[in-house]
Amino acid sequence: MKIVDDNPSVLTALDRPNSYIGRAVPRPNLKRLTQGRGQYVSDVTLPRMAHVAFLRSPHAHARIVKIDAGAAKKAPGVVAVVTGAELAKVITPWVGVLTHLKGIKSAPQHAIAVDRACWAGEAVCAVVARSRAEAEDACELIAIDYQPLPAVTDPETATDATTPVIHPALGDNLCFERSLDVGEVDKAFAASDAVIETTFVFGRHTGVTNEPRAIVADWNEGEQRLTVYQGTQAPHMMQDLFAKHLGLAHQQVRVLTKDVGGSFGIKVHTYADEMATVALSKLLRRPVKFVADRIESFVTDIHARDHRVKARIGVNKDGAITAWEIDDLTGIGPYSVYPRTSGIEANQVVNLTGGPYTCMNYRARARVVFQNKNVMCQYRAVGHPIAVAVTEGLVELAAAKIGMDPLEIRRRNLIADDAYPCGSASGLKFEQLSHHESLAHLDAMMNYAGLRAEQAKLRQRGIHRGIGFASFIEVTNPSAAFYGVGGARISSQDGATVKLDAQGNISVHSGVTEQGQGTEAVLAQVTASAFGVPIERVRVVTGDTDNTPYGGGTWASRGAGIGGEAAWQAGKALRGNVLAVAGSMLQTTPQDLDIRNGVVVDRASGTERLPLDELARVAYFRPDTLPPGFQAELMATRHYVPRAWPFAFTNGIQASYLEVDTDTGFVTLLKHWCVEDCGTVINPQLVDEQVRGGVVQGIGAALFEQCLYDERGQMLNGNMADYLVPMAAEMPDIEVGHVVSPTADSELGAKGAGEAGTAGAPACVMNAINDALRPLGASPLTDMPFTPDKILKALGKI
Amino acid sequence: MSSRAFDITLIVNGGAVTERVEARKTLVDFLRDDLGLTGSHVGCEHGVCGACTVRVNGAILRGCLMLAVQCDGARIETIEGVSDSGEIADLQDAFERRNALQCGFCTPAMVLTAQELLAQPGVPSREAIREHISGNYCRCTGYQAIVDAIEAVAQARSLSPSFWGASGASEPGIRTRDANAHLDSGSGPAGRPGMTVTRRAT
Repeated sequence: MKIVDDNPSVLTALDRPNSYIGRAVPRPNLKRLTQGRGQYVSDVTLPRMAHVAFLRSPHAHARIVKIDAGAAKKAPGVVAVVTGAELAKVITPWVGVLTHLKGIKSAPQHAIAVDRACWAGEAVCAVVARSRAEAEDACELIAIDYQPLPAVTDPETATDATTPVIHPALGDNLCFERSLDVGEVDKAFAASDAVIETTFVFGRHTGVTNEPRAIVADWNEGEQRLTVYQGTQAPHMMQDLFAKHLGLAHQQVRVLTKDVGGSFGIKVHTYADEMATVALSKLLRRPVKFVADRIESFVTDIHARDHRVKARIGVNKDGAITAWEIDDLTGIGPYSVYPRTSGIEANQVVNLTGGPYTCMNYRARARVVFQNKNVMCQYRAVGHPIAVAVTEGLVELAAAKIGMDPLEIRRRNLIADDAYPCGSASGLKFEQLSHHESLAHLDAMMNYAGLRAEQAKLRQRGIHRGIGFASFIEVTNPSAAFYGVGGARISSQDGATVKLDAQGNISVHSGVTEQGQGTEAVLAQVTASAFGVPIERVRVVTGDTDNTPYGGGTWASRGAGIGGEAAWQAGKALRGNVLAVAGSMLQTTPQDLDIRNGVVVDRASGTERLPLDELARVAYFRPDTLPPGFQAELMATRHYVPRAWPFAFTNGIQASYLEVDTDTGFVTLLKHWCVEDCGTVINPQLVDEQVRGGVVQGIGAALFEQCLYDERGQMLNGNMADYLVPMAAEMPDIEVGHVVSPTADSELGAKGAGEAGTAGAPACVMNAINDALRPLGASPLTDMPFTPDKILKALGKI
Repeated sequence: MSSRAFDITLIVNGGAVTERVEARKTLVDFLRDDLGLTGSHVGCEHGVCGACTVRVNGAILRGCLMLAVQCDGARIETIEGVSDSGEIADLQDAFERRNALQCGFCTPAMVLTAQELLAQPGVPSREAIREHISGNYCRCTGYQAIVDAIEAVAQARSLSPSFWGASGASEPGIRTRDANAHLDSGSGPAGRPGMTVTRRAT
């Protein structure tokens, strides 16, 4: 374990000559984006391409009595008007359940609603036309006779006997329930010096990707083949699902993903309108394009969070945490989202709560109930922001109760850095974490003592500042334990193919994908280092099911740790193959050679022996000059999946420093810090920017973002003027530090870093607000987002 | 529903364009769909996210809030044209080196917006940079890297105004920077996030 700077000069274990591991090299693919020459799906145009617009239910729950599309069919430019019943003949429905979430249930969901709409925004009819504008014009001519049904919109009463059941065949509105009882919880609470109990509420929010979801589906009747241009995180998963529900072989489906305008977990799910678009292309035998507009995005992109957690913690006067108990209730949409299910977030809340701490008395219950609102599913840091806010909120309330410094109570309860390997009360397995080292680093980095002194001084002048912390753990590098064991056809392994071209340059084709994280930079760095060429000589290819090894894509912070390791192994394998060629050409043993800076060299002396372009020339164009029986193999493929640990847990701690205006309730963020341990840092700049971007999304959850619904199931703020997202002026500078505990499950030792920021930021902003307001006698704020009205209410001013 | 169409003639990235457009078509849809200039992006279509920012007669505005027919006779510059002219090459380079973009969807608009600020005299403070780009939504970066990149370019340009004069002064409608701007600014340590003491020039 060691602390590294933002820009370390070298890392030792992986420091091959001219290694790029640990260096902040710029991403190789940015010029086309800064020049506006990227290719997002919304930019794609194909010959004979038509556009689809969906007519969506204005009711949260309604029977579709009759659809009159006569006028729409005759409207200018219209190619077809297609109802759910008609499209169901082309594409089969799906059910979002997994066997490892015991008891989870859901109902079949169609690409377009058949007979009944279950949320306001569900597509009930499609219009395909020459242009999107003409398709939308025709939508206005469709008359639908709805019979409104009662809408289920309050999770608290969803399972009451008097509440209508959304899907009568399921028996009730309970999608999933999980309970856990570890240690001696009641006894521990009874023996505690203090027990603190409160309820945390997390607003329903969503990803708001800058580019909305977009898809172009192109069924070629002559080839009997479907090509789908899709902004997705998981091309192979989508290939499998399109094939399955259209009755095709994988070989008949190609998914292409080039530039994706933001994803964050939004673009890793099955969306009914996207399934409808591929089915319409097959039905109409021509390319069909769908790009969600912003209002469609708000009412159909998966929502997340929306949890109510009753929680309590026991603590002794010496700071020892004695027990945890949580009761989580979350209201999802009318369907569990396919194929990952909508039970995972609640499951993660149960898994992760209390995770950084030694206390082994833990009781949890989580219930997931159906609602007539938009669907909910996995969004960046799935479950973590909730579990971390509950855990860290309780820890700071406990510290306040016993009069202990919030860092000190953590020092007394965080799992010791030399205690690994070990596990959590919920059964998580930790290989090596660094909570204490991280805390010490944060303490120094932020000058905690100095800030406390400043806070006290300013308090005397009526300026109320707060300091809040959040320790956290993060699930990364998931093995098959996440989805595969539950029956989901989502790859946990990933492959990389590295090949030498005839000019001596190399390419790497990978199953992981790029949506801006810097995946392609990491793959280039790793491959260049493993093989031994300057990074400029590496071309990276991702996002094409025809041309990349089978893989899971980029989600759950797996791109660098899993895709990177596969590329590392493939690069090493190709180096071995190339040195075999060099050995035969130079009449020496390959073990005495190496590839450095793009040249075959003598391993011991570093003397240049053979340029790669010359080796490639001979191998490709004059193989007759190689020894008889020797065959050059200038392409190597390797796959990787974590096997020793189900997940590579990372850890870290964040701090927020902010000021609360007690007259207006406005919060000004002054500074934010994060120290995290993602193992080997392949590219410190990319890791830091993942952390910063993640922190700001977490700040959005803490202060601004909420999908507001009324009791009829209508979303009230489905536009960017009313749904607030973090903008530049309100955001603080964020300082990032690292502790490095590599995983021994891979040679690279890299864990994920994509979700740490989002996991911890809401908790520490909450704790900082409460730290600012505590001396004023305000009751602790635990209902996110912390809008000015809630702060003024806590202060008793309104 | 509208089928009314009008002929418009305008200058786009220096070239004359005559097209027949529907009255209801927005400028950004016209640029993307009719001219194939897909570097201007459509994020929200109601003027909030800023991804469709383009220059009209030298000033940046939202391509989703202006109709194409309103641009008859106008001079439009998009990211493609501004990239080709080299006017913002240093800004693009700073964005790439500082990783001030992730998915890149907001980036063309962000650099055009930043260039407008950098056309003002003086080196802007980090707060002024944040304020100026606060109408451009970025979901990926958390903004700090963007602020760093813009700040670095502002400082570099203030130290070598000849660069700006060479590449930008000939661009019509753009104010030339004050060559003495750097004298007005503070001497904060460059490139250290969160630690800048650079003052806004007055």
